Amino acid sequence: MREALDHWDYVISAYVLGVIGTTVLIGWAWLTMRRAEARRDRARDK
Amino acid sequence: MHRFANPARFLRLARWLTLPCLVAGIVITAAALAWGLFSAPADYLQGDSVRILYLHVPAAWLGMWGWGAIATASFVELVWRHPLAAIGARAAAVPGAFYTALCLATGSLWGRPAWGAWWVWDGRLTSMLVLLFLYFAYMALADAAGRDGDGTSRIPAIFGLVGAVNIPIIHFSVIWWNSLHQPPSISMGKSAMADDFLYPLLVSVVGFTLIFAGVVLARMRAILAESQAEARLRRKAMSEDIA
Repeated sequence: MREALDHWDYVISAYVLGVIGTTVLIGWAWLTMRRAEARRDRARDK
Repeated sequence: MHRFANPARFLRLARWLTLPCLVAGIVITAAALAWGLFSAPADYLQGDSVRILYLHVPAAWLGMWGWGAIATASFVELVWRHPLAAIGARAAAVPGAFYTALCLATGSLWGRPAWGAWWVWDGRLTSMLVLLFLYFAYMALADAAGRDGDGTSRIPAIFGLVGAVNIPIIHFSVIWWNSLHQPPSISMGKSAMADDFLYPLLVSVVGFTLIFAGVVLARMRAILAESQAEARLRRKAMSEDIA
């Protein structure tokens, strides 16, 4: 017997994964960049 | 290219480009995903699951282009010894690995309704999984070279070049071997796709590529700033020791 699958469950799961993952990637890259540049500026001021 | 090998000149350009790349990428990607989710039609065979295309294909391309960037930068690092090439290669590793993992995850979510299976060990899926493991190995090698060496190790660059062998294998896997995965719908200047699917896909590729570029620029700025801070603190410690 063929299983009835709701395609939207898979579509929404993929979009949630993609959107959350990309947001985390951007946030992580931005924050690590800002922290590294602040550390460099502090080292310059010392 | 040689003009931008100067870190100071590169930093001026990167400071100007990072935020616009990220903002434009987020806006264009959000528009493309909304288009794909709410406005593009369902496929007559695959139904609504075809909407995963607008995430899966850009993720697959960026996973492969990410390694292409690593291989190109590794070549430049080995041949011309440009310091920025090594930084560029290391900066592309995390976003490249992320998009490869996203491609595998969204492919699995697409495979279940389309093929009735989350995973099959065919040429395309297996070579893409190998690419993810290559990224992990590259990150471990680059991390070890930065932490334990004096920063001049060429091993990550050699690995980046050798690993590029997997890129044509991924591309041609669906042609060389029998696979559940469909052959490429888009090749140089040609598309077998209907415009209703093609246009949101192209917009999505542009958006994700801008995000990828913004993240690579941010990572390059972070790696450069970390090495500059280390160098300053080391110089300061040495001058205090002499005094």
